[in-house]
Amino acid sequence: MSADPAITPKLIAEHGLTPEEYERIQEIVGREPNFTELGIFSVMWSEHCSYKNTRALLKGFPVESPRVLVGAGEENAGILDIGDDLAISFKIESHNHPSAVDPFQGAATGVGGIIRDIFTMGARPVCAINSLRFGELDNSEVRRLFRGVVSGIAHYGNCFGIPTVAGEVYFDKSYEGNPLVNAFALGVLRHDQIARGAAKGVGNPVFYVGPATGRDGLAGAAFASQDLTEESAEQQRSAVQVGDPFMEKLCMEACLELLATGAVAGIQDMGAAGLTCSTCETAARGGTGIEIDLAKVPQRSPGMTPYEILLSESQERMLIIVTKGREEEVKRIFDKWDLPWAEIGFVTDSGQMVVKNHGEVVADLPASKLADDAPIYHREAKEPAYLAEVRRFTLASVEDVEDPTEALEKLLEWPSIASKNWVYRQYDHMVRANTMVNPGSDAAVIRIKADSVPGGDNRENFPEKLVALAVDCNATHVYLDPYEGSKAAVAECARNLACSGATPIGTTDNLNFGNPHNPELFWQLKEAVRGLAEGCIAFDAPVTGGNVSLYNQNPDGAIDPTPTVAMVGLVEEEQHVTTQWFKEDGDAVILLGAPVDSEDALQGLGGSAYLQVAHKIKSGQPPRCNLDTERTLGTTLLGLIQSDLVKSAHDCAEGGLAVALAECTFSELEARNTPSFLGAEIDLSAEEDFRLDALLFGESHGRVIITTSELDAVKAVERAKLLGVPAQRIGTVGGKQLKLKTPASEHAWEVAGLHDLWWNSIGNAMA
Amino acid sequence: MKFAVLQFPGSNCDQDCVHVLQNVFGFPTRLLWHKESALGDVDAVLVPGGFSYGDYLRTGSIARFSPVMQAVKEFADQGGLVLGICNGFQILCEAGLLPGALIRNRSLQFRCEHVYLKVATQDSPFTQAIPEGKLLRIPIAHGEGNYFCDATTLEELEAKDQILFQYADRDGDVTDHANPNGSLKNIAGICNTARNVAGMMPHPERAAERALNGDDGRLIFESLIAALNPAPATA
Amino acid sequence: MKAKVIITPKLEVLDPQGKTVQTALEHMGCTGVGEVRVGKYIEIEMDGDADTVKAKLSEYVDKFLANPNIEDYRLKLED
Repeated sequence: MSADPAITPKLIAEHGLTPEEYERIQEIVGREPNFTELGIFSVMWSEHCSYKNTRALLKGFPVESPRVLVGAGEENAGILDIGDDLAISFKIESHNHPSAVDPFQGAATGVGGIIRDIFTMGARPVCAINSLRFGELDNSEVRRLFRGVVSGIAHYGNCFGIPTVAGEVYFDKSYEGNPLVNAFALGVLRHDQIARGAAKGVGNPVFYVGPATGRDGLAGAAFASQDLTEESAEQQRSAVQVGDPFMEKLCMEACLELLATGAVAGIQDMGAAGLTCSTCETAARGGTGIEIDLAKVPQRSPGMTPYEILLSESQERMLIIVTKGREEEVKRIFDKWDLPWAEIGFVTDSGQMVVKNHGEVVADLPASKLADDAPIYHREAKEPAYLAEVRRFTLASVEDVEDPTEALEKLLEWPSIASKNWVYRQYDHMVRANTMVNPGSDAAVIRIKADSVPGGDNRENFPEKLVALAVDCNATHVYLDPYEGSKAAVAECARNLACSGATPIGTTDNLNFGNPHNPELFWQLKEAVRGLAEGCIAFDAPVTGGNVSLYNQNPDGAIDPTPTVAMVGLVEEEQHVTTQWFKEDGDAVILLGAPVDSEDALQGLGGSAYLQVAHKIKSGQPPRCNLDTERTLGTTLLGLIQSDLVKSAHDCAEGGLAVALAECTFSELEARNTPSFLGAEIDLSAEEDFRLDALLFGESHGRVIITTSELDAVKAVERAKLLGVPAQRIGTVGGKQLKLKTPASEHAWEVAGLHDLWWNSIGNAMA
Repeated sequence: MKFAVLQFPGSNCDQDCVHVLQNVFGFPTRLLWHKESALGDVDAVLVPGGFSYGDYLRTGSIARFSPVMQAVKEFADQGGLVLGICNGFQILCEAGLLPGALIRNRSLQFRCEHVYLKVATQDSPFTQAIPEGKLLRIPIAHGEGNYFCDATTLEELEAKDQILFQYADRDGDVTDHANPNGSLKNIAGICNTARNVAGMMPHPERAAERALNGDDGRLIFESLIAALNPAPATA
Repeated sequence: MKAKVIITPKLEVLDPQGKTVQTALEHMGCTGVGEVRVGKYIEIEMDGDADTVKAKLSEYVDKFLANPNIEDYRLKLED
């Protein structure tokens, strides 16, 4: 065998393993591991693969409900029942570090990875959404990353043929140098099509499917588990994988066809830690062992070592365990799709992951211990010092606004609030002809029809389903109060779903945080998980899976703690599908929820976009999130929608009531360059107890703006009040201006003018 | 009446075309894998959108050499009706069944949005059922939809009334502002001189149901069906 | 024998990529930049001598590797 480097303490450290971890490895293996085996442990026990720093915390998440068919942590993605023998599989995942180095490929392969996780479960991926965060747009480097990430996502998703239907994009200085790219995908399948990633059946052959293995992404999993510095960025350029969406599309079609034959005993994608992870995880899940010979693995570069082949993260590869005797079907289907395949090994009963190279053993490790026995750490958590100052903040130093004209304009132009059309018009959001609500409203809604199911579904009168999706996180609020902010992220998602006519049924989360060895940052993580868990319990929307991305920081500091939440809901009937835009002149505008939280000393302004934009202040206790109130609001709103009383619904979030009202007046674009506007006259003159800036721009939770016909207005208000939700009519739709009457004054904005600022802000910055 | 929808490695909108023809209009429709060398008994062929062969080399450049395209060419030579949508339009141009070529959007970005189409002529099997003066509101989704041909070809297209659709604004004016990709003369769709083969960049199959925010696309399918004449199958 | 095919957009075709690259170079401080055309470069390893390869490939370049509607090409050979 060629001379492998000797195992030295330095080599162990370079592999991201501590001396204690190395000792543990020796105990598990019963001897000194060799270089290849060290590499295997290093990726399997990296944070990215093993969650060693967070596993203990994540146990706090609610993961059960009557709908759960495959739960969090069991397989690549969770699966929920949606009735009539149908199910959905979904998950969100990050690709932050690779996107910082190569934004296009990093983002593209992030999309590829999450799509694979979905079809590995036997589901046909039918839609994608994403959550992106960058530094401020006046920085040319930020613009480069933003441009690259969006075109990478577009390139992969569009070519693969999956509609990207919703998302969020935020810009904040804390993400400078550490962009966040969280990609979500959702797929559809029947209950009997659920596929598992377990190596079952001793003697079953193991197939490798997909393009040849190269040196891409070598040790990418370990790379994701480090802080990003100038040197690490340079070194890690070789760690970024290059994706091929066309190959992935072929791979998916072939895999789904193969799954339909029943010849597959187990299937797993080769994602993080490639061949290593897929072989040992399938063996661990199956309670079996696996033996492969690397000489049979198709290789792109000459002279690849076992270490390189095992750790490579070349994309679009799958590991398929086939029922013995059915090998011909695999070959037939993969030849049909012109996809490379190779039989590389077989399932054993030894419980060991045995890797040979040309017949010679190069690694022999116990699969379960490798996959499941990574150390679990309980990191130290300490409340961050900055919070003391945050809590001391009062509005005494902030002058109330007299004339909100400019403030509203500036907020609508602020990139985090401004229209994201520059982004989503690069994504095909209509392919598969199932998108009922396109990007731009509170939530996306897609329909599931017979051809959404793998292989199609022959049922007479196929029971079509309507799925709503939203992704949210106000990371500024989380930074200022991780627990409240995280609860609020869940509540906001649920509110967005309710606004579209849907009941939440499940959640997936992507926790993006800094270095877990920093007790203050770990505290943020701990508190965030606590908030998320409570939120998910309140809405009966268990976490079906998710992702943790740590070490998101550079020498300048860590990112704002960002627990991205994506939620999925079901709309019962097509007529319940609701969008946020005003619909008709003369409709009544009603505010559900208290205009300002009267128990909040900061009147909803803490951590608000308004304080940041108008006063350059990022401080103050963020608005409290009362989950009982939010739940009541959600069910009440849904009830009103299901009673056909509601014509439009939009929740209040960043920028508060005034921004939300403005957004309602910008009716959905009819076509290219053809906006239509429906103004409104709003009367808030009765709200004398609050500051004007709080009333208009405060971000108190639990508020939704709905419109009803004039005839239904009183009924809707009474119904809401009866159910315990404060409700009042605040105005009427009409004209081409947004007119606002406040206790002290009256203001009017031309909707076209506001729209212009809001619609073109990001496009202008990127020109 | 029977339809065939071609399927290449990388086609994404094949199922959407099948759905519209089969479920919305009620006609038997089958998918035809690119390796087939015979079309079988069909009355019209749809070449769907997507990224056949990943758009490698040039969009449509590899798909055009598939065995099935030879059969389509023979079908077209005998007067069979062929409609190419988006990637389908690109493939038909590469195959020489339509003149010109589709190049990259001048914005260099993929563009997905609804557009208004002016129907430049009702004299074709693809537009005959569209009421005079009706603007169609249909989505586009492409990165390479910029139609180009040389001056001589353009003269011929205009002289022989081969331009079917042009990007227009809400008032029906064919302006540069309404042009999403830089296409010559805002061309969104054309037909051949024999008027039996057409290609269009917008996706009518995505606008054939009310539920999907508009069904102007139906009119194109209705034209095709009317041209083929028989009564629709009962759903 | 190594065949090198250089493909560029025809002069009358608008080349927005080329224009973008030209503008970017200017912004970066590169003076004296004239027109920029962005095209494709393909390398093909072929058996045979120069004449054989040229004869064989020309047909494929014209029919497949380049689209004469919108592209010009040059074929070079190297040992």
